[in-house]
Amino acid sequence: MKLSAPLIYGLVASILLVSAPHAEHLPPWVVAVCAMLLAWRTYLNWSGNALPPRWLLLTITLAGVGGILISFHTLFGREAGVALLILLATLKLLELRTARDATVLIQLSSFIIITNFFYSQSIPTALYMMFTLLVIMATWAHMHTGTLALRPRLRIAATLLLQAIPLTLLLFVLFPRVQGPLWGMPQDAYAKSGLDDKMSPGSISKLSLSDAVAFRVAFRNQAPLREQMYWRGPVLWDYNGLTWTQGLEIRSKQPQLDNLASPVDYTVTLEPHNKTWLFTLDMPTQVSVPATLTYDFQVLAKAPVNARMRYDARSQLAYRANVEEAPYQLKRATALPSGFNPRARQLAAEWRNSLPGDEAILQTALRYFNREGFVYTLEPPLLGNHAVDDFLFETRKGFCEHYASSFVFLMRAAGIPARVATGYQGGEYNELGGYYIVRQSDAHAWAEVWLKDRGWVRTDPTAAVSPSRVQMGLNAALPDNAVLPFFARTQSPLLLKLRFNLDAFTNQWNQWVLGYNTERQFAFLTRLGMEDISWQKMAINLLIGSGVLVGLLSLLMLRQLYTHRKDQVQALYLKFCRKLARAGLARAAHEGPQDFAARAARSQPQHAAAIQNITAHYLALRYGSQPGKHGLLALRRAVAAFKI
Amino acid sequence: MSTLLHNVIAQTEQVILGKPHQIRLALACLLARGHLLIEDLPGVGKTTLAHVLARTLGLQFARIQFTSDMLPADILGVSIFQRDSAASGNGEFKFHPGPIFAQMILADEVNRATPKTQSALLEAMEEQQVTTEGITRPLPEPFFVIATQNPTHQIGTFPLPESQLDRFLMRIQLGYPDAQAERGLLAGVERREIVARLQPQMQAAELLALQQQVKQVHASPALLDYVQAILRHTRESARYVHGLSPRAGLSLLAAARAWALLHGRNAVIPEDIQTVLPGVASHRLQSVQDVQTSDGDKLARELIEAVAIP
Repeated sequence: MKLSAPLIYGLVASILLVSAPHAEHLPPWVVAVCAMLLAWRTYLNWSGNALPPRWLLLTITLAGVGGILISFHTLFGREAGVALLILLATLKLLELRTARDATVLIQLSSFIIITNFFYSQSIPTALYMMFTLLVIMATWAHMHTGTLALRPRLRIAATLLLQAIPLTLLLFVLFPRVQGPLWGMPQDAYAKSGLDDKMSPGSISKLSLSDAVAFRVAFRNQAPLREQMYWRGPVLWDYNGLTWTQGLEIRSKQPQLDNLASPVDYTVTLEPHNKTWLFTLDMPTQVSVPATLTYDFQVLAKAPVNARMRYDARSQLAYRANVEEAPYQLKRATALPSGFNPRARQLAAEWRNSLPGDEAILQTALRYFNREGFVYTLEPPLLGNHAVDDFLFETRKGFCEHYASSFVFLMRAAGIPARVATGYQGGEYNELGGYYIVRQSDAHAWAEVWLKDRGWVRTDPTAAVSPSRVQMGLNAALPDNAVLPFFARTQSPLLLKLRFNLDAFTNQWNQWVLGYNTERQFAFLTRLGMEDISWQKMAINLLIGSGVLVGLLSLLMLRQLYTHRKDQVQALYLKFCRKLARAGLARAAHEGPQDFAARAARSQPQHAAAIQNITAHYLALRYGSQPGKHGLLALRRAVAAFKI
Repeated sequence: MSTLLHNVIAQTEQVILGKPHQIRLALACLLARGHLLIEDLPGVGKTTLAHVLARTLGLQFARIQFTSDMLPADILGVSIFQRDSAASGNGEFKFHPGPIFAQMILADEVNRATPKTQSALLEAMEEQQVTTEGITRPLPEPFFVIATQNPTHQIGTFPLPESQLDRFLMRIQLGYPDAQAERGLLAGVERREIVARLQPQMQAAELLALQQQVKQVHASPALLDYVQAILRHTRESARYVHGLSPRAGLSLLAAARAWALLHGRNAVIPEDIQTVLPGVASHRLQSVQDVQTSDGDKLARELIEAVAIP
């Protein structure tokens, strides 16, 4: 069979559509080579020139494989595998000669669809792939229907897809799940966090903000005030003059917490960030997943979070934390590197000498930030070697890191134990979904100061400079919206609503489609009324379900076939035709009964009378105005008696 | 088959030699109350066929030779002022009917006339009436137009647009006679004389009755399925510029009914559809590939072969 030019265009389009999203992360040379090959094939199809010879294709193939080996140092694994697959699929277009090649290409492009989901599992990707699949199916339909026009071809493809949907749903719901991401190599969850386990204020002049969602929170009861929403992440103890780090983890005694009010319960859906931090409100007491609560109230998962994760947590918003702190911890919380920031040290010493106690120093420091012309900005000037001095006395422009860092420095210089806490602050309420969205741009750093009888007290110097940052969020704290990423900006109510709708939808998608793991599956099936769920039971249900679905679809198709056959007259006539066909007289599908009878009679003169008789009965029954029972009986007898 | 029709066919075949199929198609077209377009070279017997049919069926006959300077009034008729009319004593306008007021019209070389004149004829064909100066006058019954058309690549022609081609139930070609028929033609008496001597085999009323009878011919569901399959194929296939219209479908069925009646059957069978299909569909189908040289007959044959009889 010779492949028609439109079919080849369809195959080129399929490969192009399915590999286009990969262009983003494939090596540029692979993209260029594939684009050239596609253009070449299109030109050959358009001009009708012959395909390239085999030796040339073999050379290109070997060179391509070599190139991938050089680019990736391997042919296996996700990146190299995808590159290889796309390159070879595109090359296959250039040896597209037979129907078999076309079938292979259609299957290849369907397979490449899956590889796209290694990189993105978002709704737009899914929709785009649905469209691509439609094009592939239409091309496939083209292969089998020949001259059919585009629209009926698309209709066939759409029908096929629609028929597949119930089966897909069934497989999705019932197919046993594997824990963790299916293609779970740890480095694959390459999500970026707005947080780090160290902090160097003054080393970056422009904070890069991402509007990516860090996590979503649904409160069981009343949500706390925004200025109380401090989502605790890493706590930084050690300062070397430039950088704050967590320091060595010291095995310490259990943290102790005196509760002063009733706790808050909530559920967090955490996006993968490849660290072990589980974010909770200050201060956490319980988490529903296996995790460690450290002596400084960080909640750490047992393994890096590389898949979306849901946990329930309970926190205490009014508390006294570690009132009896170990002396070596207090010593650690006052340590400062020598030789840095003399002016800050001097200021702290003055305060120590002139003020009555720790509490007074703390208030004075906050007032200092509030009154001395400090500005909150996301684009602070760079700071020199004495970063804290430069910031406190020269630039006075910065964001949370600068304030937290210099505040803690001042406290330590005055002999008050203090540390930097990082995490997220605030959140945006989505009315439609009834939950809070916390974005990477909500990342924050604040200070904790240890006071006698009160334990660790959260103090946010940023709030002293720019109260709106804490009360209303980042966009309220900045004079100009322009530096903020799209989704963190305030917008018109309509856009805001659209944005919330979109996020509520994405949340559902994350929860029910991407996050449909073993637990969710079990919970869902239980709700459907399935008891004692086990692998075997799910497999049996899956088999029965798909059997029933395929059976129903087949019945539907059989019925369509049957309506043709149901006509007994037609059935008898077809039987007669089969008898003649066995004698080498096959009736063409478009051949009228009378024409066929004449031909058959010419070829089999000895049976002419019988043939004419049967045909006359058939014509009268099928096309006549008054088909009678007698005719049917006569036809049946005549066909039965007909032998050749 | 009714003896009437048998006689008509027999008499026509005596004059038009070697064209039994075309004669029957023309007759079927007439019985289906449709108009006929004959596309062929001059001198192959188009006029004679029309003339013989008119004589044999007992119809008034008028021939209109179309030319490029012809006006609609030349076909439809004009009102002329008459000074002393017997009725009123004073002068008045009197309508002089044009040649179109006849039962059988031969519109010769219809594509020589300008589109304006063509459309005057085609309107009359469609409406079965003529409106001039605000007065509507019905055309006689039965009313049958045989239009002839030169092959469109000849100089000085205005090919009929597709919308007007659709008004003709069938388009047929006569073609050259075969050797035996030609010999008969050359050896025999002059056709004109034979035509003059022909006796009508039928009254106009009998023809109208036959036309009614055609409508009674049975078309079974299985047959309608077949017609629909053909229509669907032309619409879904990428081979044709346009699919066949619903009017084309109706024409196909009407022509097939007439064909069945001509062959003495009271039910349509698939062969009837297949026989009339080239005549009905060839001027309505256009190939996508070569619009210029598209051969309607070939397309129709391909169409028959592409559609399975359900």
